[in-house]
Amino acid sequence: MKIENVVCPFCGCLCDDIVVEVEDSRITAVKNACASGRSLFLNAHTQAVQPKVNGEEVDWPQAIDAAARILNDAASPLIYGLSSTASEAQRKAIALADLLGATIDSTSSVCHGPTTIGIQNQGEPTCTLGEVKHRADLLIFWGCNPAEAHQRHFSRYSALAKGKLTPNGRKDRTVVVVDVRPTASSRRADIFLQVRPGCDFEVLAALRALLKGQHLDVDEVGGVGVVQLQDLVERMKSCRFGMIFFGMGVTQTGGKHLNVAELLTLVAELNAYTRFTTMPMRGHGNVAGADSTLTWQTGYPFAVNFARGYPQYNPGEFTAVDVLARGEADAALIIASDPVAHFPRQAAQRLSQIPTIVLDPEINLTAQVARVMLPTAIYGVSAAGTAYRMDNVPLPLKKVVESPRPTDEQVLDWMIERVKTCLA
Amino acid sequence: MSEFILITGRTSKQGAALHKGKDSAEYRLATGFVSMNHEDREHLGVEAGRRVRVRTAFGETELELKEGKLPPGMIFVPMGPAANVLIGAETQGTGMPDSKGLKAEVEPFTTSPPKLGGIEGGLV
Repeated sequence: MKIENVVCPFCGCLCDDIVVEVEDSRITAVKNACASGRSLFLNAHTQAVQPKVNGEEVDWPQAIDAAARILNDAASPLIYGLSSTASEAQRKAIALADLLGATIDSTSSVCHGPTTIGIQNQGEPTCTLGEVKHRADLLIFWGCNPAEAHQRHFSRYSALAKGKLTPNGRKDRTVVVVDVRPTASSRRADIFLQVRPGCDFEVLAALRALLKGQHLDVDEVGGVGVVQLQDLVERMKSCRFGMIFFGMGVTQTGGKHLNVAELLTLVAELNAYTRFTTMPMRGHGNVAGADSTLTWQTGYPFAVNFARGYPQYNPGEFTAVDVLARGEADAALIIASDPVAHFPRQAAQRLSQIPTIVLDPEINLTAQVARVMLPTAIYGVSAAGTAYRMDNVPLPLKKVVESPRPTDEQVLDWMIERVKTCLA
Repeated sequence: MSEFILITGRTSKQGAALHKGKDSAEYRLATGFVSMNHEDREHLGVEAGRRVRVRTAFGETELELKEGKLPPGMIFVPMGPAANVLIGAETQGTGMPDSKGLKAEVEPFTTSPPKLGGIEGGLV
């Protein structure tokens, strides 16, 4: 059976033109997807698996009971992950955090959390990927490498895409890459500006100064010649529709949210000359949905704590790396992410010292140190749900194969009911 | 021993390999290496494919050395268990650790034979 217009749930591109062929509830072929997306569909684990508690297989009621007891007994539980699950499940995770008085945080905090802080300070001049495809004639990729991390971004939405006002695709666009190293993306650009590591803020500030017509009494800023910066400013002012996509090169270096705020300010100021927009390159398939769902449920996009009975927001205090590294979390529920594989060691180690519960389709590295492992269906493969693309457009994820596994939403519902019983 | 600036990040191979399982040989190979440019590698005096010890203020690990198109003085480690050992948990009140732009030292590693990939020391 051939299923068309499938949305790939892997990254923030949420490519919705995937064709999946299924035989006997098994995916046999995947068309149009990138290497990462194809690997996701072809290696998807959908077979029945029993949950485990302390390494022993148990039935679902026993596993939910064990998880609920761990969370109830904890003084300061952490719920973390959320970015590779559907928004329906994210909503349940937030309800559970509310019930427990827990801290809840998403992978945003180690991704574009600084971007969100920057946006809260500065505002976000943005648009949809459709507008970029149809209108943008100047594309700047700053500290991001879509050729490796968002492999179909160029062809579907940006550099190579043919739109209504950009009918010749690549020929109708100027592509600029700003990065600290040559990358697969910079090799496809018209202009590559190589910034010295940690100097993004200086370069952005220099661009703002040049935009205001100020003279810079130096030859270079952050490793980039002032002549090149002046050339970029002229291109920015004179383009029809400009766009800066930015990534971890801006958020994971010193300055973090200050870098982002400077970039957002530059883009806002460019609107005195032409239409100019910006967008973070969101990594996981529904990390943008985690921000959106948390915001409409609690008022805050990540780093939320319910200990006082109402939501409090404070990055650095209620973000997962900090809560774990300081040893404050005394139990953890990890949903659809793998912090042991991706957190600094000091934070990851804490997850093996406290009772950890994992909800995930895979036996990932966090599951290997977890006390309770709850194997769930994969949204977009064996479960339907909603995910938000990097431009915050929500898309429906399809169920393309049947699976006996429950969804994250179902398991969280069971957990909420069991926790309520324990509390009663 | 030589000093470098460490950058961590995604690669397409790391993205594709993680679906094969974090215990798979593909994932170990995709995340268990450090790359530097040809001149820096020659200066270090270690052949590509051999193991080196990478150290930051936060930890150290042994990785396979590869050549890559990087500026002088810069090394790259793909995001994953090996990179985590090298990154500190301080977030300066943002929630985000410094995952790029860290000072790192690289030295030849000769006390054990080369192994496939290399995330030992990277796990809890």
